[in-house]
Order: sequence, then structure tokens, then C-alpha cells
Amino acid sequence: MQNVTKNHAELATEFNKDEERVDWHDETLWWVRQKRDKAAHQLPEWEYLRDTASKIKENVLSNLSGYLQQFEENAEKNGVIVHWAADAAAHNKIVVDLLTANGITKMVKSKSMLTEECHLNEYMENNGLEVIDSDLGERIVQLAKEPPSHIVLPCIHKKKEEIGDLFHVHLGTPEGNADPQLLTEAARQHLRDTFLTRRAALTGVNFAVAETGEFVICTNEGNADMGAHLADIHIASMGIEKIIPERKHLGVFLRLLTRSATGQPITTYSSHFRRPRSGKKIHLIIVDNGRSKQLGREDFRNSLKCIRCGACMNTCPVYRRSGGHSYHSAIAGPIGSILTPNLDMEKYSDLPFASTLCGSCSNVCPVKIDIHQQLYKWRQVIVKNGYTPKSKTVAMKMMSFTLSSPSAYHAGGKVGRWVLKYAPFAINNKLNPWYKQRDMPQPPNASFGEWYAKNRKE
Amino acid sequence: MTERDKILAAIRANQPVLSPLPEIKFNKVDDDSITDKFIKTLTTIGGKVVCASKNDDIFTYISSVTITDQRILNMTDLADLKSLQSDTALPHSLQNVELAVIKGHFGVAENGAIWVTEELIGERVLPFISQNLVVVLNVNDLVDNMHEAYEKIDHAGYSFGTFIAGPSKTADIEQSLVVGAHGARSMTVFLIE
Repeated sequence: MQNVTKNHAELATEFNKDEERVDWHDETLWWVRQKRDKAAHQLPEWEYLRDTASKIKENVLSNLSGYLQQFEENAEKNGVIVHWAADAAAHNKIVVDLLTANGITKMVKSKSMLTEECHLNEYMENNGLEVIDSDLGERIVQLAKEPPSHIVLPCIHKKKEEIGDLFHVHLGTPEGNADPQLLTEAARQHLRDTFLTRRAALTGVNFAVAETGEFVICTNEGNADMGAHLADIHIASMGIEKIIPERKHLGVFLRLLTRSATGQPITTYSSHFRRPRSGKKIHLIIVDNGRSKQLGREDFRNSLKCIRCGACMNTCPVYRRSGGHSYHSAIAGPIGSILTPNLDMEKYSDLPFASTLCGSCSNVCPVKIDIHQQLYKWRQVIVKNGYTPKSKTVAMKMMSFTLSSPSAYHAGGKVGRWVLKYAPFAINNKLNPWYKQRDMPQPPNASFGEWYAKNRKE
Repeated sequence: MTERDKILAAIRANQPVLSPLPEIKFNKVDDDSITDKFIKTLTTIGGKVVCASKNDDIFTYISSVTITDQRILNMTDLADLKSLQSDTALPHSLQNVELAVIKGHFGVAENGAIWVTEELIGERVLPFISQNLVVVLNVNDLVDNMHEAYEKIDHAGYSFGTFIAGPSKTADIEQSLVVGAHGARSMTVFLIE
């Protein structure tokens, strides 16, 4: 985001300097993944639910224009004011215009990855408006002047001592105190005051129901509700893909969402907004920002099925060991790596390569997005468009030469084994990226080909 | 062309051929075990369940968890609670409510959630802003899962409705679970037989 010149590998290297932190990050996210497994295994119909959810989203994408119009019509009947934004700039302008028209300079916001994607906070601050994030994790990264590193766990990269220091400076908690209970209570007091004094609240949208014109917001903290029910103006921002056809489909998605995200059976609050409070306003902004383009990419359109649970991040061996910030985009991890190249192929050309293609992401995805296959396909698109990193291009050419020439292949193998055995220092050094955080293996005495030829004779 | 029409045209041009909506099939569970399941699930996620046969139990509980002068708001029609203060003016004036007593439409056994709509709470913010929440629920008003829940809600014309499952919580600091993030610090459900 800020560091446009550094790619995933370089940013991951920085994250990996603190080995203890990487281990903690890795283990903690794996623990969340295990909680997901436990919750999923309690439902015998889990696979059926995933399959149904995927098919509902398939239907949504195939009739998205129709559902959006139906949703708009019903929302307007309910008294909700609907706006349309083609891109991030249009979205941000609508928000700022609404605030300005109502003489409001301060807004409270609950979690919305879309506003992160649009860089709304920066835009508001540049326009002299104040915005306070109310999700605890988001408030923490906001105070640290960082973007979230995970869509569900925004400050998973931070240690409690760092949060204690931040709160000491900004919220006046005792110096050196890093007790999560105490820090959460301090945030509760601080944000309660914010909720009570803000006339405008912005929230995201988890699901928008075409049939009824209502939209649903899920939180554990209750921050979206605290903001929206105390404000004169509730602004809800949603991407076009948040639509579901009927209210009963919420049953399928609400069963999957939190079990996939954190292993809880449901979030503490699943709030259904249909009409504004008497005398108050709900403004709903429907945002495209590249989504219609992604819809036209046959190989990648399924990425729009995403319900933002974060399961693919928690399970990803690369994400767990490289940290969300190494993806330098609003949405990190495997799903971010197939969504963001659509927005700027050159800037995010490194992301589809930040994967081992192990397929774990596809296996846990509640809407069955073929994430690892899309990562593989993006690599081909990126190479065809000439956005491959130089080092990879040279290595690929050499690989292609070696693999297409048997004599070069055999000679290369011999040299490799000899070097590993007699001159390991030539490989176990900083010039070899494979040596970073890894030891090279013991070389075998012979290649399989040599072993086979010898044993066959005997 | 307006921004709206341009977006819709772009979507129309790029959306694939129509794919059918799947049917949602699920097994209806309709036995006594769902009461135990509901109690177990809600307890696991930090809620408290009290099986009560009479309204006196609720009144006794409330006196045991609150002290004099603490503001209690009763939104139910239970006569025993009539003595407690009930008034909703500006939603902001609810900031000092220590305990709110509300009715729930029905509970969901698989996740411990209780469906509540605006007419049961007066002000939408009440169950969130109150420090503690008591929900009164008839033991017969339980369903097994979310499919049954939406079947029960059907085409109800609420303006605002919410599923509440336990107290407000967060684990944003190093994944340590802390109860009492922004909403109610506790949720106690009275299951009335």
C-alpha cells in the first residue's frame, strides 16, 4: 500500500526477521484454522452447505444486474436512499458529500474492507474530516497508522505489549500494562463516548437481500449496531457482489460464515436493516470498483463469490509465515491474491506467486472458490502480459532449457549433487533465496536415473 | 447514461449465462433434545441460561445482580417487573441502562442465537447499549437451525431485526477472548416453561 516499490517476497523477508513473532503468528492462525475444523465437523451437512452456498452465488453472478435492480427497488420502497459508485473515488466522494451536506465533520465507522480498498480514511482526512474505526482491531491499527493485516483479525500481526504502548500514548492506560482485559475495557470506554457523539456512522454490508431490500451486518463486538442506532445518518457501503436472492438464503450463509472464520457457531450479532429509524436516514452505496470487470474474466469470476471469512488466510502456509502486510493490498492472503491483480495487474503481479499452490485454501473455502487454480491461472496471465519479475524470467528460461535437453539435465544434476556434497558454502549462502530460513538437504549419492541403471545391471 | 446505468450495463455485458438457484434441503428437528442443545450452545459461547417456571425467578435474579439506583429497563409485559423503570426517549439517554429485560421471538439451538425485532426492544440500540441483557423466552419457542429460523421469520415485515448470541466479545488482542467489547457484558436467558 504505502510501499509500492517492495514486492511480497521482500516484505515477507522483513516480517521474517523476527523469528519468534513469525512462529507465534503461524501457530495462532493455525489454531484459528483448527477451531474452524472443529466447528465444521459438527455439522454432517457441512459439504452440502458449501455446495449450496457456491451454487447460490453462481446464480447471483449469472443474474447480478437483475438482482441489483430488484434490491434497489425494494430498498427504496423501504425508505433507504441508494447510491451507485463506479470506483473508489466515486464512493469516497459520495461519503464526503453526504457528510458535508449535513454539516458533519466526524464519523464513526465499523469494519468495512471495501472502505479499506477505497482508502476512505485517507480521503476523509485529506478533506479535513475525522473518522474513527470502532472495531477494536481496526482501532488498534488506526492508532498505529497501519492498514489491517487480516480481514477478520485486523491486528493479528501485533503483540499485546505493542498495543499496550499504543493505548498508553493515545488512551492513557498505565504504562507497561498489556492485559487484554484492561486494554479492551479502555477501548470500550473511549469508543462509547465516540458512539454517543457522532451523528454519522458508516458500516459495511455482509449480505444484501434482493427479495426484501434489507441488508445484514455481522459483528461480535456490537460496534456496527452501536454506531448505526445512535447516528442520524447511517451510510452502508457494499460491493455489488454482496447480493443474495432471498431472505431464506441467509440461513445457508450465516451457518457457514463464522464457523469458517473463527469456529464460532454464529457472530454475537447478525443485524438485519430494512427501514431507517423514524426521522433518520440510511444511505446505501453500491460499489463496482473493478468487480464488473472481474465478472467478465471467465477464469476469475468465481472470486466474486467470496464472503470474506478469512479461512483461506488462516490455513495458508505462506500467509501464516509472511504476514498480511507483505501482500501490500487491502485484502491479503490467497483470496486477495486473486482479487487484486484484477485492479492493477502490474502493481500486484507478485501476489499470485506468493503461494505454494498446495490447495488448502480451496479446501476450506465456504463457497468453494477454486482459489489455488485461479492463482495458477493468474501466473499465466501475468507472464503473458509481461509483468513477471526479472529474476523469475531468467530462472524460468534456464529451467526450460535444462528440462528440454537431457544432456543438460543430467549434467546439471551431477554438478548440483557434487556442490552440495563438497562445496555446500557455494549454495548455503545469502545469494540463494532457498537458503533463507531453510537448510539445504543432504545430497543423494546418485540420481534416480543412475541408481536405476546400476541396479538393473545387478 | 448515469453512473448507475453504466455499472449495470457493464455487469450485464459480463455476467455468464443464467445458472439455476439450488433448492435448500434440510432435516427438520422437532424433539425435546433441542432445548438441551440450545442451553449447551449458548452456555459455550458465554451466555447464561436459567430454566424458570415462574416470573418470580426473573425478579429474584434481577435483584441479585443489580443494586439500588441502577437503571433497569423492562420491555416485557411481565407484571412482576412493572415496578422497574420503563422509558425510552432519545436512544442516547439509554447510555446509563445497567440492565435491559426484553422478550425474544425464538431461539436457535445450533448457535444459541435469539431473534429479536424492533417492536420488542423499543429503541434499536437498547440490547447493545445496556451493560447487561436479560432475554425472556418461552421454552416452546426454539428451533433447531437457521433454515428453520428463516422459515419461521418467513416474510415478516420488520424494520429492524437481529439475532443475538451471547454477550458482546472480542479476541482482537492476541486472540485472547474478552467479554464485553461494545455491547452487553452479559446475556442471561430465562427459558419459561
